[in-house]
Amino acid sequence: MRGKEPKSVAGSAREVVNRSRAFFRKKRLDHDLNEEMESHLDFAIEENMRRGLSQEEARRQAMIRFGGVMQAKELQRESRGLPGVDVFIQDAKYACRILLRDKSFTLIAVLILALGIGANIAVFSVVNAILVRPLPFRDSQQLVWMAPAASKCGFSCETYTADAYDEFRAMNRAFQDVAGYFAFSSSDNMKLTGRGQPKPATGILVTQNFFQTLGVEPVYGRLFLSEEARKGARPVVLLANAFWRRQFAGDPGIVGQPIDIDGKPTTVVGVLPESFDFGSVFSPGAKVDMFAPTILDDMRPWGNILALVGRVKPDLTVAQAQADANIVLPKLYFNVNMPDSLGSYKDKPMQLMALKEYVSGKLRPPLIVLWCAVGTILLIVCVNLANLMLARAATRTKEFALRLALGAGRIRLIRQLLTESLVLSLAGAALGLAIAYGITDFLAHQGSIALPMLNSIRVDGDALAWTVAIAVIAAALFGIVPGLKVSRSDVQEALKDSGPGMSEGRKHERMRAFLVISEVAMACVLLVGAGLLLRSFLRVLDVDLGFQPSHAAAVKVDYDDGNNANSGERRGIIFREMLRQVEAIPGVESAGVVDYLPLERNRSWGSPGIKGKHYEPGERPGAFVYMVTPGYLQAMGMRLHGRDFTWDDGPKGEPVIILNHAAAHYLFPADNAIGSMVQMNGEDRRVIGVIQDVHEANVEGTPGWQVYFPVMQENPVGAELVVRTKLPPEALAGSVMGKLRELNPNQSAAEFRTIQKIVDHAVSPRRFFVLLVVSFAVFGVALAALGIYGVISYSVTQRTQEIGIRMALGATVGRVQLGVIGNTVRLALVGIVLGTAASYLVARGIAALLFGTAPTDPITFAGMILVLGSVALLAGYIPARRASRINPMVALRNN
Amino acid sequence: MTDSKLDLLQGTLDLMVLQTLSVMGSLHGYGIARRIEQISDDTVLLNQGTIYAALVRLQHRGWIAAEWGISDNNRKAKFYSITRAGKKQLAKDAVYWQRLSEMMGRVLNMEAGE
Repeated sequence: MRGKEPKSVAGSAREVVNRSRAFFRKKRLDHDLNEEMESHLDFAIEENMRRGLSQEEARRQAMIRFGGVMQAKELQRESRGLPGVDVFIQDAKYACRILLRDKSFTLIAVLILALGIGANIAVFSVVNAILVRPLPFRDSQQLVWMAPAASKCGFSCETYTADAYDEFRAMNRAFQDVAGYFAFSSSDNMKLTGRGQPKPATGILVTQNFFQTLGVEPVYGRLFLSEEARKGARPVVLLANAFWRRQFAGDPGIVGQPIDIDGKPTTVVGVLPESFDFGSVFSPGAKVDMFAPTILDDMRPWGNILALVGRVKPDLTVAQAQADANIVLPKLYFNVNMPDSLGSYKDKPMQLMALKEYVSGKLRPPLIVLWCAVGTILLIVCVNLANLMLARAATRTKEFALRLALGAGRIRLIRQLLTESLVLSLAGAALGLAIAYGITDFLAHQGSIALPMLNSIRVDGDALAWTVAIAVIAAALFGIVPGLKVSRSDVQEALKDSGPGMSEGRKHERMRAFLVISEVAMACVLLVGAGLLLRSFLRVLDVDLGFQPSHAAAVKVDYDDGNNANSGERRGIIFREMLRQVEAIPGVESAGVVDYLPLERNRSWGSPGIKGKHYEPGERPGAFVYMVTPGYLQAMGMRLHGRDFTWDDGPKGEPVIILNHAAAHYLFPADNAIGSMVQMNGEDRRVIGVIQDVHEANVEGTPGWQVYFPVMQENPVGAELVVRTKLPPEALAGSVMGKLRELNPNQSAAEFRTIQKIVDHAVSPRRFFVLLVVSFAVFGVALAALGIYGVISYSVTQRTQEIGIRMALGATVGRVQLGVIGNTVRLALVGIVLGTAASYLVARGIAALLFGTAPTDPITFAGMILVLGSVALLAGYIPARRASRINPMVALRNN
Repeated sequence: MTDSKLDLLQGTLDLMVLQTLSVMGSLHGYGIARRIEQISDDTVLLNQGTIYAALVRLQHRGWIAAEWGISDNNRKAKFYSITRAGKKQLAKDAVYWQRLSEMMGRVLNMEAGE
């Protein structure tokens, strides 16, 4: 009886509001209605009595005219409140009762859903943090990373000189500002002194305008002033939020106070916000504690040192800024005091890249794969649940038939089933949310995983919305199948005592078989994907790094070489004594010092060449440069041909160099490098050895050129002591640190890191993905097994009588078992065949993520078939055993 | 359900209530139901109880207002009255129904050859 005349929008809105209001005031309104109806009847009775009827007859007549009181009330309630919600609540209550009655089913279903949904929320949170959410900077879409395309020579080819930076900043027209940071700082490069034992800290030099350009405001104090970046300015620092909390107990009073850094009083000018984490954006996995302004005038002779970030003017596109950069770049000097260095950068065009893309672009393909994997998991979960619900629906046929017979509409039944699945799904989602909270919290605190923005991973509002969305979608997916099935069942047939008719049962079983097959096929795809990624990961671990990471450790050492003309000599003496004493520690096999460890920071300066020979510009890649002491190559377990440096290769000795194989092979194809002369940066040096290529920047790429100088002949930047031992390296930490402090009381409490840890850090993103994908695959296979088990077990139960008859007629136990297992194998086989075909396509899709593994890797495919096949057999064997134990007498007697 | 009584078309009850209130002023539920029965000479098939669904619907739309009061014979009852929005709606609906019934009349009076 609803008005069909067009209503005004305002009227409809008012009705919705009033209905909702009425929904929450049921009790009062019902009371009101009762009273109103009572008075209505009283009026009627009174009137009837006035017409001369007896009281009883008057009341009877009044009731007749009124009609059904309950119906009238129901009708009024329907027009008054939110009948849909009322029905939902009623259904939900009923669903809860039903589900609580069947505890084991509910528990399994909720657990499966929780794992599936939890994994989805967690991955969504990771994807959201890394790919979707903008960087935590003001108008971050305007920020661009400014560097040539990545090349073989590492950071030195992705950075610019102080002069080039100044010139670019002055000449460009497309940027609001350009900022940079010193790209060659290693961790723990600063010492916090003056308060007991020196504490190591990591500091990064940034251009004075760095934070202003990014749009980062300090929580306390201020940013750097331009005069603080001038030569001779008094030293200042900004503190990272985490460091400030840890080191200064979050005391805002530290702002304006001097702290001693490397023995120099340095004023803290401000504290940066928690949302700013330099490491998570620019150097995943690294923690940065402090920032100091670059004094560019001191850095002009240092070569390419600054990594640049620019903020494009608001009305310009990145392409327009790129055009501007293309004009400016050829006009830059490497060093303005060297006129012939004009145009040094024109061979390596600067490519602007959205900062977000620089930070996380490389992670897009693996994250998308991860997302697909977790989506597949959710699908498998839904299929599994649909299967469980179907099995349950079959046992509830009579209940539904009864409800149909009593007048419930089919839609109402479907609705009931959907509500049940929604209740399940929401319970699963709630538990899944807890799981996801746990996972994301765990991930956010994994500083050792080299993934950007990891610390900002959390279950946020977006994730909550996503949770609700997938819970509802999942509920619809796994609720609709049994819903349709049930509502189509035949009331007559179902109400008969014999249970579902044969044809119905078979249709039912076909549906479930279809579900199981699709489940197996999806598990196949997951397993192949995980297998390929796992094999790739193992390949990565197997890469010959050029050094032996096991049984070695490194620690940053402090030394004072006076920093003058005699420093080379002094360094030799200091390091020689240090190494002599360290090597005397029991358990130390060999020890050496290097300034940059492989797989951490790196730098390159020019390239070696044969004197007098002409090389095309860009023909030789820039070589990575390492300054080492005698013994370092051995301590790292590098393989050397020729001789190592000796302590005699001092500042006064012949300049010597060790090349890596790649450089030596290119320069001396005749393999006669050892003993020959090369020229590098204008200096002639004798090649005394050739070492195997070392993976200097990453594990998966091919190594570039590397050169090694004795630490006495060139100025190293810091020093890492590397020790090799037969013991577990950690066991040496105490004695080595003790010895270092004995030698140098100013030695800071630097971290004693195993070399393996450095390698682990470098492969951590891949490890992260593999771990996730493999656990998804395991979960998927378990679910598929559960699905197979469910279907086979159910069919055995259904066919108890039939099996009993067969056995009574002489079928052997073996035959019965074989029959059941045959069914299982048929299901699994179809699933595996379909899955293999799908896997083949998927494997091609993820080919770019594989390392040293073909997408058609036969071992992976064979392994998948083996795993799924045996899991399926196991899942089928359990019901088969049960079938073979059926007692024909009992089976025939029961019904 | 005898054939001699008219089944109510959707939406007609709402219109009847509005019209009744517009003519009679403030009235309680029983009064409205009785009035409709009298006007239609008891030809309308109306379970009096169903009027309460219409009343709450009209109230939600803001077309009528309700208030507890005391009747002439000293009985507590809820009195309904039409609002300004209700009057406007009534005018609109009345035109609509008039046009509809005229048109239906013409259609049903149609003769062959016309």
